Parts: sequence; structure tokens; C-alpha cells
Amino acid sequence: MNNTLEIKNLNVSIDGQAILKDFNLTIPKGEVHALMGPNGTGKSTLAKVMAGHEDYTVEGGEILLDGESILGKEPDEISHAGLFLAFQYPMEIPGVSIANFIRAARQARLPEGEDINAVEYYKDLYAKMDALKMDRKFTARSLNEGFSGGEKKRCEILQMSMLDPKYCVMDETDSGLDIDALRIVSDGVNHMRSPERGFLVITHYQRLLDYIVPDVVHVMFDGRIVHSGDKELAKELESKGYDWIKDEFAGAPANA
Amino acid sequence: MSETDLQDEAIRVDTEKGNFKYPENYEFDAGVGLTEDTIKYISDVKNDDDWVREFRLKALEVFKKKPMPTNWADSDLENIDFDKIRYYLSKGQVPARSWDDVPDDVKETFERLGIPEQERKFLAGVEAQFDSEASYSRMKEDLEKEGVIFVGSTEGLAKYPEIFRPYFGKVIPTADNKFSALNSATFSGGSFIYVPKGVKLKQPLQAYFRINAENFGQFERTLIIADEDSEITYMEGCTAPKFETATLHSAVVELVALKNAKIQYITVQNWSSNVFNLVTKRGMADEGAEVKWIDCNIGSRLTMKYPGVVLKGKGARGEVLSIALANDGQHQDTGAKMMHLADNTTSNIISKSISIGKGRSTYRGQVHMPKHLKNCKNNTECDALLINTNSRTDTYPAITTRGQNNTVQHEASVSKVSAEQIFYMMQRGLSEGEAMSLAVNGFVNDLMKAFPMEYSVELKRLIDMEMEGSVG
Repeated sequence: MNNTLEIKNLNVSIDGQAILKDFNLTIPKGEVHALMGPNGTGKSTLAKVMAGHEDYTVEGGEILLDGESILGKEPDEISHAGLFLAFQYPMEIPGVSIANFIRAARQARLPEGEDINAVEYYKDLYAKMDALKMDRKFTARSLNEGFSGGEKKRCEILQMSMLDPKYCVMDETDSGLDIDALRIVSDGVNHMRSPERGFLVITHYQRLLDYIVPDVVHVMFDGRIVHSGDKELAKELESKGYDWIKDEFAGAPANA
Repeated sequence: MSETDLQDEAIRVDTEKGNFKYPENYEFDAGVGLTEDTIKYISDVKNDDDWVREFRLKALEVFKKKPMPTNWADSDLENIDFDKIRYYLSKGQVPARSWDDVPDDVKETFERLGIPEQERKFLAGVEAQFDSEASYSRMKEDLEKEGVIFVGSTEGLAKYPEIFRPYFGKVIPTADNKFSALNSATFSGGSFIYVPKGVKLKQPLQAYFRINAENFGQFERTLIIADEDSEITYMEGCTAPKFETATLHSAVVELVALKNAKIQYITVQNWSSNVFNLVTKRGMADEGAEVKWIDCNIGSRLTMKYPGVVLKGKGARGEVLSIALANDGQHQDTGAKMMHLADNTTSNIISKSISIGKGRSTYRGQVHMPKHLKNCKNNTECDALLINTNSRTDTYPAITTRGQNNTVQHEASVSKVSAEQIFYMMQRGLSEGEAMSLAVNGFVNDLMKAFPMEYSVELKRLIDMEMEGSVG
């Protein structure tokens, strides 16, 4: 289907151990879906498989981005198709400045022989940095090298906004953030919300969802979504904890 | 923003730029193999003075006597078959002063390599060597008026013996090593430069060395003398087409910086993977003088090169900044030598090596500070970057320091480009090759800032080419 990111019956294992089990999820453009659940249920695996990480074995299923299969494609092809993954642990790339990195990423999207307009690029970059309250001196700093947790996550959101993806997958973006950084990052994401873009926000805690208010909340357990609801579900989880999920859904069939 | 522009400019490249050749068509050919007759042929063609003839023949004896240094060096050296190499090939003895007078195929070669364009843009003089001899040599007129000499080795020794002979073979004696002996016997081409007292060249002089013929040995000889208070920057580039058989490049480069003079010597080599590149480079720095080697080694089958500085006068400074990139099947065996022979001398060595796939990098460093000296300083930094698990890197520092208030500082690091870093960059849309290239450029970035801009651009281009080629 066009205008959706669709995951169908996805089965993924690593070293022979099943991690995702008949996983199903559909995110229409214009919506923010939150994916919650206890540690070790496969949330981060899902994010990496969507982005084409090669460490995982896909046993079956489909991932369709606007109707087009992205499963099995190279990470850069998936990126060009319009999927952005904000990493839980962004990598440090010594000696490569933020400005050069994002510019190379943008350049990689242009047809051969076409060049980025440097003046417009910097104008855009500075505007988006201002919105994220990032000092302009940041552009010259090596990507993520020696950054605080908050700086790394802001840098992820900066890249996300500069690359204009159709679908954003955010893996535990709230981890390691203090309340001020959380607010700034959330503002950045909220600015990007649009009828043209879908979000999958993966988080362990409800706290982030006070700032990025989701349209749908899914609860994941043991490799599949076991329960879905509106934003109130997140609050329920917060007060009850995840134990009742475990009690209720251990061994139960998928119920997306 | 200029730096970003540089990087950007380096992203799209013609990866096969140096891989072409023209039919072989030579007026002078010393044939195959190395005997006294080969040397005599070269001397005859060049019309060498008697002392040069003798110098060559003596060097041949030294070469024959010296064993291959395989007790410490790569045993791949044994695969050089000296009997199958051609030692002298040229189309004529006198380099043209105008590109219009250069033979068409040679001119096209250098045009494809961008040399005439660079000359127009930013160079004070160019010499373009095609196999054994320079096909083109020209320097700006105002420099000639100031007394700067910029000629080939043959012309230098024949026309200006009073200037060049006292230093020729003095910084690097014939018997320094087997390959300096080979060069001393067979040398042809290269640059002989004299910069008079107080003359400071604002733009660099450049030499470009091109091997066109198969089974060929290129033995250029360079001697640069910077007289008191003068300054010069010299840049050299080199390429060869890809041949199935081995090609040998064995140069000798001697630099002489007299009192308070400054010499900066920049090499960006991009040899094809069949070239044995065995080069001896050394500079002598008198009181208050400075010799700086910037050495970028990309390509070749085996490179062995350890630029050195003999810090002969008080307060002399020596520096080696080097980048080596060893791709699959290549061994970059490089390093630096700093011989402190006077008080208050300082030396700085920064070496960055990148090993990819089965590529291998070796750093050999020698720093010598004898007992009777005071207030000498050396700083050595060696950083290695490994890409893919098969890569190998070795560091062999040899530091001897005695005497009072002499300080030596040595730092070494080894890092890897991890699969997770590549995944991260690819998630942003970069291809695997672009991601690796960016990581490598990042690794050498701080060192590259010390290079003249034109060469940073060239180097980034070459790194990208190598990285594109290394993705299977």
C-alpha cells in the first residue's frame, strides 16, 4: 500500500535464536506510533532489521515502504528509499565534521553530476541547528566524538531533519537525556510531524510520550506486538509496570 | 567552508585516471638487464663527464656486492628480477620548454594527468618526466632572473658542477643501501635545484614522474640545495599504468638546507599495484635550517621509504609527516629517520597508516641523539587505522637518546573502522565505499591540514579512489 510503512509476518533470528516472531505493524504517513515493552523483547532488533543491518537472519516476512519491498536491501538503499533510523547509540566518526557528514549524506541522494548548493546547504543547516538550540560551532566538531548523551541525540535529530525522510524510526531516543534535552529533542520531532511523514518511536518509558504524543501505542513482548491502544495505554503501562504484560501474554499468540 | 568544499570535490572521481599507456616508441633504449655495458650506454647517451662515468661504474660494483636487505625487509624484494628490467628508455635528451614542442603521446599523457593545468594555476615551475628523461621543463622567468636553477640531473652535473658536485652523493652516499647504489649507477632524470641566498619561492616547483613502459626501472635523482635564508617548496607526483609484470622505481633524493634555509618536500605517489617503490630520501639541515618531508604513499606493490633529516647545525629542525595507505596485496613499509648532530635541534614525526583487507603497513622510525648533545627534542606519533580484520600493522621504533635535557616523546595508537560505524554511515545514505572513504579522510584529516591545499584535494581524491576499489 502507498503511504504506509508495513511490516508483515516478520520473522528474524540471530545465531539460530528467534527474536521477532510473526511481527506485524502498519504505520500510515501522518501518524506517530509508539512501541513500548520490556528490555530484550526485540525492539532494537526490529529497528536495525528495518534499516538493513546484516547481522540478523530474516526467516520470512515483508517490509514495505510505500508498497515497495525494502527487506534485504543495502542500508544506503533503504536510506534513499526514505527510512531514517535515529540510533540508540550513535557511532563516533573521528575527524569527520557534522557539516561534512550531513553534506555527504545529502550529496549521496543527488543524481550523478549534480552538486549541492553550498550556500543553501549551510543556510538550511544553521536554521535547523538553531531550532535544536545547537551552537553553530558544532558543525566543525567530529561527528559524535566526545559528545554528551544529549548532544548525540540532538545531532541525530539534526540529521533526521536535514535528510527529510518519509519514515522515522527512533530507537530509545530518550535514553540518556535530562529533562531539558528531552524537551528540545521532542520539539525537534514535533516540528517534523506532518501528513507526509510517519514515525515509529521506540521507548522503554512513558516519559518521552508526554512530549511526543503518539497516535497509537503498541506493547511488544517476546518478539511480537501483544497489545495496542491510544496514548492512555502508555500511562497505564507506566503505572502498572510491564509485569502484568508478561503475566498476561507470555506464550499468547500475536494480537496486533 | 573551504574544507567542506574540498571533501565534496573529492567525492566523485575518475578511478582509472592513471591507468592508460601509449605505444612504446623510443629513440634510446639500453636494452634488458644490468651490466657495465648498460651503464656505459647510459653515460654515452648522456655524454657524462668522466667523474660521473666513474661514479656510476663504482656504484654498480657496490650494488652487485650488497645483499638484499631481506634479513629485516619484506621477502617480496626477492621477486625483483634485475635481469629482466629495462634501465634506460627515452625519446630524446633535451626537455621541451613549451608543451607545444612535447611529443603528442607524451603531451596527452600529462594532459590527462592534469599537469599543464596545475602549472597554469599554481606552480612556479614544472618538470615532467616520461620514463627515463624529462619531456618538459619550465620555470617562471622571474625565478631564472633571481638565479634559481631548476634542471634535470644530467644538465645539472654537466652545466653547474661547481654548485651541485660538492653535495652530490654526500647526503646519501652510494653505499647507503642496495637501492641507493642501484640509483647511483643508473640515475637519469629527476630535478637539480639551486635556490640562491635569501630567495624565497612563493609558489612550489613540481616534478611529475610517469612510467609508461613495461618491465621498466625508473631511477630519477634529485638534489635540492637551498642556500642561506632561502625557502623552497617542491612537490612530486607519480603514476604508472597497471602492468602484469613488476616495474621498479628507485629514486634518490638529497636535500641540503644551508643556514636558516627552509625546504619543504611533498610527495603524493599513486603507483599502480605492480610497482616496487624503493626510494631513499634524506635531507641535511644546517644551523637554524628546516627540512620538512610530507610524504603520502598510496598504491605500489611494496614501498620502502624512510625520509630522514640529518640535523647538523645548532637549532636545526626536521619534520616528517606521512600518510600511507596499504590496500589488498600492498605493503607500505615506511617511516622516518632523525639524526640529531647538534644542540638545540628538534624533530617531529607524525605517521598515519591505513591498512585495508590484506594490505599491510609497517612503520620504522629511527631517532638518534648522542651523548654529547644538549636540549634536543623529538616528538613521534604513529597512528594506524585498520579496515577489515585481515589487515596487519607493525611498528618498529628505534630511539636512542643520551645527553642532557634531551627529550623524546613517542605515542602510538591503533584503531579500527568498525562494521557498526560503516552501518551508521550507510544508514544516512552513503555507499559502503563512500563511508569507508569518509572514515579514512577523517583519520588523516588533522594531518592533512598541514598540507598545501592543492595537494589536500589531490590526496582526498586518491584516497576515495582507493576506497572505492577496495569494496568487493
